[in-house]
Amino acid sequence: MIELNLSQLGFPLLSLMVFLPVLGAFLLLFIRNAAIARLVALAFSIVELGLCLPLLMNFDGSTHHMQFGESMAWISAWNINYRIGVDGISVLFVALTALLTVISIMVSWTAIQDRVKEFMMAMLFLEAAIIGVFVSLDLFLFYIFWEAMLIPMYLLIGIWGGPNRLYAAIKFFLYTLVGSVLMLIAIIAVYFAAGRTFDVLAIMNYKFTYTFQLWAFAAFFMAFAVKVPMFPVHTWLPDAHVEAPTAGSIILAGILIKMGAYGFLRFSLPFFPDATIAWTPAIMTLSVIAIIYGAYMAFAQTDFKKLIAYSSVSHMGFVTLGIFAMNLQGMEGGILQMLNHGVSTGALFLAVGVIYERTHTRLIADYGGIAAKVPVYATFLLIITLSSIGLPGTNGFIGEFTVLLGAFLHYKPYAVIGSLGIILGAGYMLWLYQRIAFGKITNPHNEHLADMNVREVVAALPLVALVFIVGFYPNAAFGVMHASVANLIAHVNAKVQSAPAVAQTLNTLIGN
Amino acid sequence: MSSMYQQFLQSIVPIAPEAILVTFALTVLVLDFFVDKENKNILGWFSLLGIAGAAFATYQMMDAHLMFFAGTFSLDPFSAFFKFIFYIACGLGILVSINYLKAEDINRGEYYALMLLATTGMMLMASAGDLIALYLGLELMALSIYILAGFMRRDNRSNEAAIKYLLLGAFSSGIMLYGMSLLYGLTGTTNLAGILSFLRAADLTNPMVFLAMIMLVVSFGFKVAAVPFHMWVPDVYEGAPTPVTAFMSAGPKVAGFAVLLRVFLYALEPLHVHTTAIIAGLAVLTMAVGNIMALSQTNIKRMLAYSSIAHAGYALVGLAAGGPEGAASVMLYVCIYALMNMGAFGVVIMLRKAGERGEEITDYAGLGKTNKTAAFLMLIFMFSLTGIPPLAGFMGKFFIFKSAVEAGLTWLAVAGVVFSSISAYFYLRVVMVMYMSEPKATIELTTSPSLALALAISATAVIVIGVYPTDLLNFARASIIGIL
Repeated sequence: MIELNLSQLGFPLLSLMVFLPVLGAFLLLFIRNAAIARLVALAFSIVELGLCLPLLMNFDGSTHHMQFGESMAWISAWNINYRIGVDGISVLFVALTALLTVISIMVSWTAIQDRVKEFMMAMLFLEAAIIGVFVSLDLFLFYIFWEAMLIPMYLLIGIWGGPNRLYAAIKFFLYTLVGSVLMLIAIIAVYFAAGRTFDVLAIMNYKFTYTFQLWAFAAFFMAFAVKVPMFPVHTWLPDAHVEAPTAGSIILAGILIKMGAYGFLRFSLPFFPDATIAWTPAIMTLSVIAIIYGAYMAFAQTDFKKLIAYSSVSHMGFVTLGIFAMNLQGMEGGILQMLNHGVSTGALFLAVGVIYERTHTRLIADYGGIAAKVPVYATFLLIITLSSIGLPGTNGFIGEFTVLLGAFLHYKPYAVIGSLGIILGAGYMLWLYQRIAFGKITNPHNEHLADMNVREVVAALPLVALVFIVGFYPNAAFGVMHASVANLIAHVNAKVQSAPAVAQTLNTLIGN
Repeated sequence: MSSMYQQFLQSIVPIAPEAILVTFALTVLVLDFFVDKENKNILGWFSLLGIAGAAFATYQMMDAHLMFFAGTFSLDPFSAFFKFIFYIACGLGILVSINYLKAEDINRGEYYALMLLATTGMMLMASAGDLIALYLGLELMALSIYILAGFMRRDNRSNEAAIKYLLLGAFSSGIMLYGMSLLYGLTGTTNLAGILSFLRAADLTNPMVFLAMIMLVVSFGFKVAAVPFHMWVPDVYEGAPTPVTAFMSAGPKVAGFAVLLRVFLYALEPLHVHTTAIIAGLAVLTMAVGNIMALSQTNIKRMLAYSSIAHAGYALVGLAAGGPEGAASVMLYVCIYALMNMGAFGVVIMLRKAGERGEEITDYAGLGKTNKTAAFLMLIFMFSLTGIPPLAGFMGKFFIFKSAVEAGLTWLAVAGVVFSSISAYFYLRVVMVMYMSEPKATIELTTSPSLALALAISATAVIVIGVYPTDLLNFARASIIGIL
């Protein structure tokens, strides 16, 4: 039983966080000067990040209840309410969103010269919609934010993207839309089955029939699997990542694809526990396929961004592997891995953006030996590469280790195959680094490459810091999410109607 | 003498909105002689005054629930809801016409009079409590619009549109009358309430009942442009003057749904099981053909024509669902549809310039750079037509699909959302061309205060209803109480 605890601050902090960027975007409408538009957008995103401070400082990690709650009637005829709140899982993503938005705006400072105002408006709208997704506790409200996010993202890829942007933008839009609309029907079906309510917390306590669960889970799964993206519906991701502008790639890889995995945690698992158990073998199998296939594809790429895109497919395989292991280790590892991936892949795309702005090429073959010319950049890239590989001492290690631990407890072969992905990951990332940074300079254009400037370093620093903070003190993240994750697992197990042996063993594990 | 006068006054009160519009229409015709050609705009603004007056009268009688003139005219919240949509459609239609007529050199007073008369016809359709009254309203509307479609006398396409619409329209009227006469023969009455009470007690296995019902489905299907009775739509929409197309895509279609709701969910309610099956089939066909044909269009008016067919399909889903919730969902949907479609046509009118029509989708290339406001408005309308939140189009579709699921027609809702995702492709192509292509040539836009006002109204409504549909929704739900 999860309750919605009203905002402990006495003012609607979460609403402020959802609507402040909208206000910023609205103000931008009246600004004509590009330089001022950049400053206004940055100011709004920094204030938004600042709002994370009271959020995180007042967050009570010891409870699994929803905090900072707000509830208000919206469309009373359908029993739709504006109901928001955060728990230990979503609060981390709200903070990550605020951070990555600031970084994205900073890296776009000089890279975006065309229609700056519109670009910044799209960024702020996107931020509002994403935060809305993470704080919604009403299915209808959630769906509004979930879909609304498509508009700015479509425009970001389509207007400011690379040469093949039109194809990538429409592919992104159609893939996600087709996945989502089936979820809409399932949401409506859930609404009627659960007694005309969209209240997420109420639906969590409702027991659906087994057949209903299987269908509804499948429909939700379509939406979330496309977003994650899971194999075989991942094909939009390489196109969208490659064609999107740097800021778009950072948001896309850093946060957007996490929304799918978040959806599993918030909706699929607690709503449809029996279906979850039934679908788990298939999903775990798809996850390990994604891990190996993504890594394998990454080896073959000649394009810097495309390589990272395929590595994302592989890394997100770890996330779903952890979540559906359905034990504390796996799930917490999966969530941490989502955050890690947001940090390290965000940083990798930042690195691509920085170098692309100077050379206008993303082909790995056009680089080589640049470490001698741009030492700061090379160091930054090295740290992020190691984090992505999962070197002990970085955030990636903790995430992958706990995920594999969870998978091992669930079913050993998954862990064995999954760990192959780590080896492959080390292979393609180190090879990438070697081809870019080491050796002699092969391309004469790189002779006069300028190193990272102050703005770029400032944008990169928080990410580098997070790599080590989480790497050395993972409890900073685990402590926040622990109560919520433990409750989620207990909730699922308690609700499973034909409690299988696996779930019972898990129960004893959590008891420890 | 004075008692006759009082009787007259009493009997005119319920039809005051209609009477006001007819009076204004006739006055416009007279004033036309005294207004010189350059100043015909005045007649447009004068007509808007008439609409405002009629709207005020409807507002005053909104809560009434009475029958007049021997059960032929019903004054109820249901008809009031639809009348407000007609006022909006007609008002926006006049606003987007004012400058266009001048530019096309068809600046004549009859235009506004015909708009008002067509609106009066729609209002009579919404209020009809009797098949004959219904037919009269429908013909008043249709005849006015035949003329409006051919208003550009020197343009071949406009003539083609008028002839095509007239011939097929007459044909469908014939089928409708045949169906009505069969119903009269079976039930002995043309009164809707009478038909209902007869059918409730009657043996429903009589094949003549179904023949009559199918004839009504066919003829109303023609009016709302349901597949397979949609053939006239692309040519007529393309050929007619664009403001007329805008008006035609909103007004008559909405009126058609008002009649469909009243006839099929009220008078023929005992046949609901059978009508549902037929209408669900029509809905799937309509959504499929409308959306798939729209994919390959290069002319924006033809694209919007197929899009309007597809939207009739979504509304039919709500009709198939039936019941008060289904009916309310259709009412909300057609209201939202009218607003966003008029808005989209408003932008199309903006792009029209002397000599060139700006009707090809490629003409919109680079509009996002050359005219940011026009492009942004079009973006809003396109996303709303696709049904992306937080815009009104989403709320409309959501309610439709929700009532379909509630009625046990989940498969129909699934078909609806699948076709609605297909529609994203052609709506977004317009956005893509506007924002993601380079401008071909400098686009000169025909803007005018009246057009700007129309666009501002529809865009604001699309956003406001998208974020806060509660009041409109409650209005639709409340106006259905006691009718179905």
